[in-house]
Amino acid sequence: MDISPIAFYIFSVMAIAFSALVVLKKNPVASAFSLVMVFFCFAGIYALLDAHLVAALQILVYAGAITVLFIFVIMLLNADVPSFDIGRSHILVKILAGVAAVAVLAAFVWAFKNSAQIQPTGTFSAEKIQTLGGNTRVLSTLLFSEYILPFELTSVLLLAGIVGAVAIAKRKPSQQ
Amino acid sequence: MTAGMDLFEWSVMIGKVLFVAVVLLQVAPLMAWVERRGSALMQNRLGPNRIGPLGLFQSICDAIKFIFKEDTVPGHVEKFYWLLAPIVSLVPSFMTFLAIPIASSINLGDHTIHFQAANLDVGLLYVLSIGSLGVYGIIMAGWASNNKYSLLGSLRSSSQMISYELSLGLSIIGILMTFSSVQLSEIAAAQGQTLLQLGPLSIPKWGIFIQPLGFLIFTTAAFAETNRLPFDLPEGESEIVAGYHLEYGSMKFAVFMMAEYVNMFTASAMISTLYFGGWQMLPGMQSLLTLSGTSGLTYEWLRIVLELSSFFIKVIFFMWFFVWVRWTIPRFRYDQLMDLGWKAMLPLSLLNILATGALIYFKVI
Repeated sequence: MDISPIAFYIFSVMAIAFSALVVLKKNPVASAFSLVMVFFCFAGIYALLDAHLVAALQILVYAGAITVLFIFVIMLLNADVPSFDIGRSHILVKILAGVAAVAVLAAFVWAFKNSAQIQPTGTFSAEKIQTLGGNTRVLSTLLFSEYILPFELTSVLLLAGIVGAVAIAKRKPSQQ
Repeated sequence: MTAGMDLFEWSVMIGKVLFVAVVLLQVAPLMAWVERRGSALMQNRLGPNRIGPLGLFQSICDAIKFIFKEDTVPGHVEKFYWLLAPIVSLVPSFMTFLAIPIASSINLGDHTIHFQAANLDVGLLYVLSIGSLGVYGIIMAGWASNNKYSLLGSLRSSSQMISYELSLGLSIIGILMTFSSVQLSEIAAAQGQTLLQLGPLSIPKWGIFIQPLGFLIFTTAAFAETNRLPFDLPEGESEIVAGYHLEYGSMKFAVFMMAEYVNMFTASAMISTLYFGGWQMLPGMQSLLTLSGTSGLTYEWLRIVLELSSFFIKVIFFMWFFVWVRWTIPRFRYDQLMDLGWKAMLPLSLLNILATGALIYFKVI
């Protein structure tokens, strides 16, 4: 496995730049388009790490489906009112926000301070995955054998979400 | 892809990508001609028949017209996204075809050439995921045009995509279960086996014979995903003028049209690969190959040529099928479209998975 540093830096710089655009763009639809690019860059980095399945799913689920839904909702609700112009916030809020941002950054720096030396310690190396028949096969075998219970429980959770959404949508105005 | 590719492998790689690009670029002008002549045939008209043999050069004239037309940018559009939208809709359509195998492989001494630009581990998922990005061009165009009709068109398109992508994804699961692979090259190769032997007639294990319902759902969803009639509500002329590409003229409009035809081509290639054996030779071609009396490398190259032509014959048939349906079936009403997507296709595709599971469990297939 050799990660090309040039490709990695291109994808990460683009991901950071587009993430900034998601926050900075005044128009929510433009923000959503930038978000698609962020997901795309992430998928590129996953692909560089030989995690092709995760890369494909990242694009299929996040860029292809969820963000389309976002844009659909933004357009349907006509959310043209800029959500960031809520007036000038209190000075204390600004200070707290700054402290929180620095704290998150510090936590990340602390968490990744030795990451250059850490090697992947799992059971699966890139070569072993290749001999077992590729990412997709290995992951699906694991999902349907060792991790069958959490996997099925997740689907029950999703079902509960769907039932909840239907219940809310079907509620009559008098019951509200 | 990996380190250690020598000059030969690089040139093969570049050759494959160039081949795909060149083929895809020819699709739009040819299909524009086929569509116009085909519709004329079905409606008892003549269609373009003045320039060149059978009017074939009409597309060249159209292209020249598109390029030399005045390139206007309306004053009320979001300029950046408006200019970006045609590109965004064209690029994914060119990317998807790379993962589709167009013939098997050939052994040249110490090198093996696979006739597939990118044999990805996740082949099928790659095609689905990149294909799902095409909708952004449409959404972007409709939104950036700052026009009610355009916005309606892109809203319709995004809701339609979400509804039909579900059935599209679920209909493929049956195929994945029977061939137990997501690699398109493996799926195509597995369809070479014999399913039934009826005397001299051998029925191959093509997807259509194992997954007839899956094929129906996939094809219908593919029509919806490519915005072709009867699912072309995003550009329904009678209601919203031209939908998302209303404000576009000259070459920018042509780029949208190219994207539509290339998407159609990829959809046809996917239908052929998943349900009609992909590059598996058409009936009779194997005996033709045996009759040719060649051997060694000549035989191998002849086999590749026959496989390539089988693949492209299948794809061309489905391209014609797209045109055929377009000029036969009228457009759906919007509520009919949603009903079909959610109340008919989704339950049917779930049923298909259940039935396939049962058949595999009882070892029928």
